[in-house]
Amino acid sequence: METHLADFIKDTAEGREADAILRACVHCGFCNATCPTFQLLGDELDGPRGRIYLIKQLLEGRPVSEKTQCHLDRCLSCRSCETTCPSGVNYYRLLVIGRGLVEQRVPRSLAARATRLLLTEAVPRRWIFAPSVRVGRLLRACLPAKLAEKVPDIVTAKPWPRPAAHRRRMIVLAGCVQSTLTPNTNAAAARVLDRLGIALFEAPGAGCCGAMRHHLHAKAPALDDIRRVIDAWWPHLENGVEGVVMTASGCGAHVRDYGVLLRHDPAYAEKAARIAAMTRDVSEVLASEQEALSRLLRESGTDRAGRRVAFHSPCTLQHWQQIRGVVEGLLAAAGYRIVPIADAHLCCGSAGSYSISQPLLARQLRDNKLAAMTASAPDVLVTANVGCQTHLQSGGTTPVRHWIELIDERLNGVC
Amino acid sequence: MSLDFSTGDPRFAVDRPALIARLSVVLPADALLTVEEDLRPYECDGLTAYRCLPSLVALPENEAQVRAILRICHELRVPVVPRGTATGLSGGATPHPDAVVVSMARLKKILRVDPFSRTAVVQPGVRNLAVSEAAAPYGLYYAPDPSSQIACTIGGNVAENSGGVHCLKYGLTVHNVLRVRGLTIDGESVEFGSAALDAAGYDLLALINGSEGLLTLLTEVTVRLTPKPPLAQVVIASFADVRRAGEAVARIIAAGIIPAGLEMMDKKAIHAVEPYVKAGYNLDAEAILLCESDGTPEEVAEEIVRVVEVLDNSGASEIRVSQSEVERLRFWAGRKAAFPAVGRVTPDYLCMDGTIPRKRLADMLEAIEALSRKYALRCANVFHAGDGNLHPLIMYDANQAGELERAVAFGAEILELSVRFGGTITGEHGVGLEKIDLMAEQFASGEIAAFHRLKAAFDEDGLLNPGKGVPTLARCREYTLARAGTAPVTFVAPKS
Ligand SMILES: Cc1cc2nc3c(=O)[nH]c(=O)nc-3n(C[C@H](O)[C@H](O)[C@H](O)COP(=O)(O)OP(=O)(O)OC[C@H]3O[C@@H](n4cnc5c(N)ncnc54)[C@H](O)[C@@H]3O)c2cc1C
Ligand code: SF4
Ligand code: SF4
Repeated sequence: METHLADFIKDTAEGREADAILRACVHCGFCNATCPTFQLLGDELDGPRGRIYLIKQLLEGRPVSEKTQCHLDRCLSCRSCETTCPSGVNYYRLLVIGRGLVEQRVPRSLAARATRLLLTEAVPRRWIFAPSVRVGRLLRACLPAKLAEKVPDIVTAKPWPRPAAHRRRMIVLAGCVQSTLTPNTNAAAARVLDRLGIALFEAPGAGCCGAMRHHLHAKAPALDDIRRVIDAWWPHLENGVEGVVMTASGCGAHVRDYGVLLRHDPAYAEKAARIAAMTRDVSEVLASEQEALSRLLRESGTDRAGRRVAFHSPCTLQHWQQIRGVVEGLLAAAGYRIVPIADAHLCCGSAGSYSISQPLLARQLRDNKLAAMTASAPDVLVTANVGCQTHLQSGGTTPVRHWIELIDERLNGVC
Repeated sequence: MSLDFSTGDPRFAVDRPALIARLSVVLPADALLTVEEDLRPYECDGLTAYRCLPSLVALPENEAQVRAILRICHELRVPVVPRGTATGLSGGATPHPDAVVVSMARLKKILRVDPFSRTAVVQPGVRNLAVSEAAAPYGLYYAPDPSSQIACTIGGNVAENSGGVHCLKYGLTVHNVLRVRGLTIDGESVEFGSAALDAAGYDLLALINGSEGLLTLLTEVTVRLTPKPPLAQVVIASFADVRRAGEAVARIIAAGIIPAGLEMMDKKAIHAVEPYVKAGYNLDAEAILLCESDGTPEEVAEEIVRVVEVLDNSGASEIRVSQSEVERLRFWAGRKAAFPAVGRVTPDYLCMDGTIPRKRLADMLEAIEALSRKYALRCANVFHAGDGNLHPLIMYDANQAGELERAVAFGAEILELSVRFGGTITGEHGVGLEKIDLMAEQFASGEIAAFHRLKAAFDEDGLLNPGKGVPTLARCREYTLARAGTAPVTFVAPKS
């Protein structure tokens, strides 16, 4: 695409990067076809090709208003467009640059700022978030339906395995909301890995991975989150821990980006890069232990086998981390039957804080996703990220679980 | 660069505020775009060299709204540019400065899939691939498969009479559409064709296919669905020189084989797609041929043997046959992504669309090679080889002064050559804005005048998609004089 970047940005590193991305776009429109918001709204401005154009205008020095801001806000950052784009356009990088500039130019309303503040400050802090959820649950009966569905159910975790003297050890991120909302996920991962001879543990003090603040443009606090995680993990990694396991693909995608995010921080750049390289999704970890896992599966009975499972692959798994077919393969190997779901590439609408900032679209996407997942009446619904799990759960009565719990049940039985 | 083709067109004296006021009554707020910030992203289709800011963009969601828009525009003498999802490559949906662009992307309901009559009734904004997806549970699909099928709309397909890799055996859009419903510029409903195989009177349905949004705004299309063949396999043959590959194409057809698809890619195209698709194409080959066979397992097995034999005798350096459906789709994925994948090796490209008799393929390739040197621009070639439809992708850099003009001149020479070889200036992408001058290369002025009379029968004031498809006679004269060397050539070229 032809570009004429404005003087204010032309010769900066960001400007050069943005220009290269813009020039790679040939305006073919393939990406619109797999963009959740274009599919819902049918306006060029709500699809990737149009957003790229809006950002192009901004970079070319044309005036921008809350109109551009609104269309960029509606983007889920799901990166489905990047998976589709044959021309290799790094849309998300351009979006980050564009959003940053819009944020400087277009002031937000007081209410919008207050919501953002709440999200950046409260959610990532477990000591605020967990008690709030508890209060919310108590009050749920008195809340209006729309609010009540946002308050998650009480979930209890089955116990972690007894600490074993395994030679192999891996860290798992406790995360900010996962430990409150879906505590059984890490417990199940720990039980499964325990059977494979790997001890999993949560390093105290790590806290939130920083994704929440990052996506709300709270740049400095988001980087502080990362440094805190690194500080909490580093001593263990120096001490023979083999790697970092992610059970929430949203956090996994972010941690894998640590190296890039802290590349300009001399004190942390190297550590961040190393951690990013040592991080794997729990599905990848299991896939690399395939032989041992198959043996365990053969040994355990086949009582759960044959159950029909609908798996929603989170955008942070299939588009951000480009991990496709791995979870499905593991579940199939464990004897579950994966049912195909329509439009499997589309986002469920959870997308970080999207369900709060864009409730209408988030709800539509959620309901569409649930309809697709339940179309052939499966026995179980599973996903791979806490955000998607609770968001989908809020739209229906069938429990939505983390797929690792199914592997756990096959290996360790239902307790 | 942007386009200025409004000059000299005093027919439209648009009172914009009045127009906005009228349209606001019939459209919800989010369905009418009026400020430049919102309008810019609509300034072009897949042919980005041609751009023009529209006066307004309307986003109707049902036929009643489309009708209301047309009535208002007709009454106020405002031109209308229909738009699907703007994947077009000839500038068919490029706005006109006085026009309301009517985007049909929101009309995307699949109204009916009937497995018994093997038809589907869809709104015009339904994506081509979505039709096949909806028909899949019945073992059916919609056969015409433009490479852009993931994104382009059925309305756009009908307007351009689009083709695809499987059209050699299953026909173009026109052969797979049974009935269309549309609105004329004054908002009157019209219907052409019927669910039956033939209808009384003139076959006006065929006229609508390929009418490029100049005659009616399509609001509903009934398409024919085709049973999925029990088996399909594709043969990939690599060639150490393009001439041999071109000859192999002619020989396959001469042997009486009608493959389900017969495509060719040259080295530059192969190198652009392989890193992205990892289809397994031979990177050392000067050209590859993809030849598909479908039918019962016995038919496929028998045809594949014959195809392999012909390819072998034609000097293929390597021949592979897909061994699974996954592999077959992967072999095709590279071809389908070829145009945008070329975007990885060049910032911009012009995708040409001429046709030639199959036996001239090799001559054409050599001529393109020579032109590539003459204009100092790279060119990757992707062909629907089976039907002689060429897609040379002329690579240029729009940020470098003069490159676009060179690319346009390069493209024009290819198309002129196509006509001289006994072919045409467009196989499936339409004339649009891009090839309007070249119409004079293909048609005599009497024929052009007949086109104008036809257009006037539908749209007397010339409000639907002005400036596209058919050149004015004055323009044809200019072009002919210019080609005879008595006047300078002026394409509707994008001006600086
Ligand atoms: C990467 C790529 C590959 C392609 N491959 C092929 C290919 O293999 N074969 C092929 O034939 N084409 C191909 N094309 C071209 C293009 O996709 C087709 O021309 C397609 O049919 C355009 O559909 P659209 O919905 O994008 O229409 P648009 O580009 O929006 O419009 C195309 C024309 O149709 C008119 N139109 C659109 N909707 C309506 C309507 N409802 N009523 C009346 N007029 C209407 C417009 O005015 C315009 O003249 C390709 C394009 C790209 C970018
Ligand atoms: S698919 Fe890629 S090249 Fe095509 S319009 Fe989208 S971003 Fe641009
Ligand atoms: S990231 Fe997702 S929502 Fe945003 S433009 Fe791309 S596909 Fe659309």
